[in-house]
Amino acid sequence: MALPRRLDQTLLRHLLVAVVAGVALYLLTEALSPYDNLQLATMAYYFVAVAGLTVLTGQNGQISLGHGALMAVGAYATVKIQDAVSWPLAVVLLAASLVTAVSGALAGAAAARLRGPYLAGATLALAVGLPALATKFSGFLGGSNGLTVTPPIPPASLGATFPLERWQAWIACLAALATYVLLANLVRSGYGRAFRAVRDDEIAAQLAGFHVARTQIIAFVVSAACAGLAGGLLVVVTSLVAPGAFPLSLSVALLTGVILGGTGSLVGAVWGAAALVLVPTWADDASKALSLSANVQANLALAIYGVVLIGVMLAAPGGIQGALRGVGGLLQGFGEPRSRGPAPRAKEEERS
Amino acid sequence: MLQVEELETAYGPIRALDGISFEVKQGSITAVLGANGAGKTSLLRTLSGLVRARAGRIRLDGRNIGQLPVERIVRLGMAHVPEGRGVISELSVEDNLRLGGLWRGGGGRDGLAGIYETFPRLAERGAQPASTLSGGERQMLVIGRALMSRPRLLLLDEPSLGLAPIVAAQIMRLVRDLRHDTGLTVLLVEQNAKAALSVADRGIVLSLGRIVADDDPRSLAADDALRHAYLGF
Amino acid sequence: MQRFVDLTLNGLSNGAVYAAVALSLVLIWRATRILNFAQAGMLMFTTFIAWTAIDHGASYWVGFAIALMSGLVLGALVERVIIRHVEGAPPLNAIIVTLGVLVLLQAVAGMIWGGNPRSFPPAFSIKGYEIGGRAVLFSPFDLFTVLVVGAVMAGVILLFTRTSLGLRMRAAAFAPEVARLVGVRVGHMFTVGWGLASVAGSLAGVLVAPSVFVAPNTFDAVLVFGFTAAVIGGLESPVGALVGGTALGLALSYVSGYWGAELVTLGALVILIAVLMVRPSGLFTRTQARRV
Repeated sequence: MALPRRLDQTLLRHLLVAVVAGVALYLLTEALSPYDNLQLATMAYYFVAVAGLTVLTGQNGQISLGHGALMAVGAYATVKIQDAVSWPLAVVLLAASLVTAVSGALAGAAAARLRGPYLAGATLALAVGLPALATKFSGFLGGSNGLTVTPPIPPASLGATFPLERWQAWIACLAALATYVLLANLVRSGYGRAFRAVRDDEIAAQLAGFHVARTQIIAFVVSAACAGLAGGLLVVVTSLVAPGAFPLSLSVALLTGVILGGTGSLVGAVWGAAALVLVPTWADDASKALSLSANVQANLALAIYGVVLIGVMLAAPGGIQGALRGVGGLLQGFGEPRSRGPAPRAKEEERS
Repeated sequence: MLQVEELETAYGPIRALDGISFEVKQGSITAVLGANGAGKTSLLRTLSGLVRARAGRIRLDGRNIGQLPVERIVRLGMAHVPEGRGVISELSVEDNLRLGGLWRGGGGRDGLAGIYETFPRLAERGAQPASTLSGGERQMLVIGRALMSRPRLLLLDEPSLGLAPIVAAQIMRLVRDLRHDTGLTVLLVEQNAKAALSVADRGIVLSLGRIVADDDPRSLAADDALRHAYLGF
Repeated sequence: MQRFVDLTLNGLSNGAVYAAVALSLVLIWRATRILNFAQAGMLMFTTFIAWTAIDHGASYWVGFAIALMSGLVLGALVERVIIRHVEGAPPLNAIIVTLGVLVLLQAVAGMIWGGNPRSFPPAFSIKGYEIGGRAVLFSPFDLFTVLVVGAVMAGVILLFTRTSLGLRMRAAAFAPEVARLVGVRVGHMFTVGWGLASVAGSLAGVLVAPSVFVAPNTFDAVLVFGFTAAVIGGLESPVGALVGGTALGLALSYVSGYWGAELVTLGALVILIAVLMVRPSGLFTRTQARRV
């Protein structure tokens, strides 16, 4: 099927951006220390998760507190698939992402009828409840200690001394770039228009012929697939999966990343993901510099997220999107072109 | 008793009140008339503080009340029965009434017997949820609730709205009797100009946020052009 | 059969705790139309404060009282300082703010007390009563739990239906603008509502603390259960919270007994989704159309 001309150009543009970014990242990984490469890899998989959540919340107006749990699904799936079959890593990650997408479809179908606080509450239940499965099926899923994997080995063609961390960064960044291209195209496509139409006014969208529930489920599935991929990349980077890595605060952190980046823009997701890595690092450095206790150090980043969430909302009494465009606008240099159409506004809950 | 000077209220770019000045004398019934959107409801909402004026002064018994919070207004003797009546359907009839008198203390029961005497229909339905009342009974309920606060000035926003003519006439008579028996001062917003003018001592006609006439009812009715343009009869 | 009786009794005492959390959510929802996700953090924090007092030698009952009082203060403070600013705003704002308060409280608790779970004493013995020579899964502490939650429930209902304060609070919740016109200080009523709700939450915290241990994250599940119970009963009604809590407590007790304790939270999720699918406004909500 031939792509419509405009989509063709859009695809090319996004590929170009990805290639340029790819080259920049390649050079960056050459220059960074192993530790910093791991940070970069972490930023990359956070980007994948935050970008997916941006599509769900920013583009489609559905709030989810459960995406940390979906990352857990992707992470565990990655480990179990790797154990079971010896597929190449890319295929494993794809499969794990698919598994999570299916879970996302189930969650999305249930969520499609929920709005506002009810949706938040239901996804909260998911976030709190799902990791407990690991302890229930501890034989299969490793219980509270989790499962370990061997890290991915750099191919021989790169030489025997190729640093593991750089390879991990390459994998994660490549996945992030691929995600960017796919999501950017999605946002510009008919699906993206459907997401935004449903977000802005469900009833009007329905009258205009959009299938509201189906649109919302698709958005959920897409964001779940991203979360799953991010979970798989987390395993690649940390070589470990355990329920303790996916607490409720992870889901809240992802949401903070979305908000910091300004909901609706994928480039904003880059800033959000960067914040999720840099804030803890700075918090740690500040704690050491100020000789703060270990307890304070361990919790400082989370406290900052809390303050950010409260502060952003208080500073923007007119609505979430206004401040977000502001904060996002502050943090973004040149960004990807925003969606055309009416300015995004917070989806008002219908008081039934 | 009430003095309004150069009052201006705006909702964003829309000027609902564009420099209104008038006076309400104690013990009088003043009708505020005009078409939909003329600013009648905005006037009452500005007087009671639900909306802050952008300019101008409001003086109640010589005291400037323009900056006071809404909750304070009733304590100064001004009760506002809002547009749409404001019956709290989830509460019982009696609870609605008691609510009016709560600020005076005593659990809002002081004066309840008197209200029940004035409105026997409400006494019958005291324990029922307010949602079961008919339109006319609801209007009586909110007037009764306002009276529980022992106001000296009563702001009434379109009491006859949605009521059968005979019931509306009852309400108007009630307003006149209240003034006659208790010396209550009333500022009465009405679209039904004829009914309002039949009990009022004075009529103020608003159009697009401005006063276009301020006169006694007979003079207003005698002005054919005015009647046809703004009063609808 | 004995197992069933055991699970039922166990479900009743758990249900009382869920009902208390549900009550706190319902009170806040009724007053300010906000779902207080921060409740988990707030009741965790007050339980920690009580723990600190007890750890420093105070008696259990002093600790209990401290938990409830700090709940009152914390709830009122959070409403006045933070929530007040998002009360008229779109619901998404309030959700984000309460999440922010939640993680902030969890982080601060972690800073002060660390992440290690602490043990918290129960009010009474947790050894089951002996009935017919056998110990049932219902102890003096469980009885106390059920009674005290029931008493608080009754107290709240009496407060709302019999007192002037309750009348003012109901008016402020149902029709804030009209309430202002009759002289009700609506803002104060919201603050009181949050304070009261937080007392109910704190009560749930000290009642459940002996079994979950006290750490920043151990109260997340009880928020999920409380929310589910509140939804079952309809977010509008304290009685609904009681019924919802009891129903959920029983249901989850059976899930835990027959399928495994780890599945309890997921069980709650399933029940939550089922209820929201079938009756999104819960079992006890009044008809929504409000005439004036």
